[in-house]
Amino acid sequence: MSRALSAIVGRDLRLAYRHRGELATPVIFFVMVASLFPLGLSPRPELLSSIAAGVVWVAALLAGLIGQQTLFKSDFEDGSLEQLLLGPLPLEAVVLMRVTTHWLTTGLPIVILSPLMGLLMAYPSEAMGTLILSLTLGTAVLSLLGAVGAALTVGLRQGGMLMPVLTLPLAVPVLIFGAQAAAQAAHGEDPAGALYLLAAMLVLGITLAPFAIAAALRVSLES
Amino acid sequence: MDKHSWAWIHRFASPPYLYRVAGLLTPWFAWSSLLLMAIGLYGGLWTSPPDYQQGDGFRIIYIHVPSAYLSMMCYGLVAAASAIGLIWRLKLAHAVATAAAPIGASFTFLALVTGSLWGKPMWGTYWVWDARLTSELILLFLYFGFIALGRAYEDFRSGDRAAAVLALVGVVNLPIIHYSVVWWSSLHQGSTRFFGTDAEIATSMLIPLLLMLVGFTCLFAACLLKRIQVEILERERNAAWIAEVLT
Repeated sequence: MSRALSAIVGRDLRLAYRHRGELATPVIFFVMVASLFPLGLSPRPELLSSIAAGVVWVAALLAGLIGQQTLFKSDFEDGSLEQLLLGPLPLEAVVLMRVTTHWLTTGLPIVILSPLMGLLMAYPSEAMGTLILSLTLGTAVLSLLGAVGAALTVGLRQGGMLMPVLTLPLAVPVLIFGAQAAAQAAHGEDPAGALYLLAAMLVLGITLAPFAIAAALRVSLES
Repeated sequence: MDKHSWAWIHRFASPPYLYRVAGLLTPWFAWSSLLLMAIGLYGGLWTSPPDYQQGDGFRIIYIHVPSAYLSMMCYGLVAAASAIGLIWRLKLAHAVATAAAPIGASFTFLALVTGSLWGKPMWGTYWVWDARLTSELILLFLYFGFIALGRAYEDFRSGDRAAAVLALVGVVNLPIIHYSVVWWSSLHQGSTRFFGTDAEIATSMLIPLLLMLVGFTCLFAACLLKRIQVEILERERNAAWIAEVLT
């Protein structure tokens, strides 16, 4: 089973690598959304540093969700999703692998780029470690939540707009604690509490979300 | 245990039976809701004294508290019906969930509106990003998502099951959302103890409030039963029994 699963991971990573252009889109979107805030509000450094944690987090949340929309789309269209469903592997394990590779190709680049965005937003550099850690935990939870939304809407024509509507309310706790951890670190406070809560949400997500994603995919494939 | 003692419950899985029972029960709930709400409103608006702190402004609780309670109770009902529908493949459970969701969304909206009308004289602003207001707003978004997803599918059976999965994901998330916004910020007054020797509410205010709570619940039941009937008619429109019922 582990060999089959790693074959799926390898296939997904190879596919992602061959479509490098598509991988860049969420990252570019992330940078663009974050740079809209100074333009819309004011470029004063004291204002920017007070909202930096929230802005980087909101941008990461939106970019993550945009990237999620295509999670199952091509597999659904060319029928390989159906084959995975019919195959002997448990669908829950397959989708967990799928979400992991998707996080590696969309979540991780955003995490890697976040210090740069923090820099542009006058976020204190000594707190950068917390920003990265909170985004690492948070984007992983968002990938799991987004996958539920993507699985529910994969068979729909107008699924593109519906998917964020379904997923954004569920993502509120992640945003609250992620931005809180980053803001606390920026003020020199201890962000451990919020980070632990994010980690707890990730554990809960890894245990429960695969079942919801698999159930949602079964509904989408039957219709 | 007699294994037939639960047999009556299966009859509710039959659309004509549920349709008939809902039709019989609706007027009872509607009339009792009208009566209870009339007494409750009279008690709340005339006989109960003004609050020592909030004056007459507190009287909006007679609408606000029942709406807020129903908004949450209804989401629980939607989630329970969705779970029943998914686990036992009971199609009518999905019809109940679909019928209940818009009512729940309306009560959520009503709770938000009455809350913000109350907030203007008390807090000096219509809206604050307080924990309870925010979680109520997110609850409204969850209702919107459920309703939109159910309608997005061309085949209502798939829409039912997709929306049911979403409702269950939402119900797992709801406590997390609630506590995350509570820890984030709270301005709303805490829960009031209603009963016992250390009750924090005067009896003259409590009785109308309880009447309104029961009256609103009856109103909810009447609306729900009527909507279940409509939902059944829509889903079973090709069935032969419909023609008999409607003629």
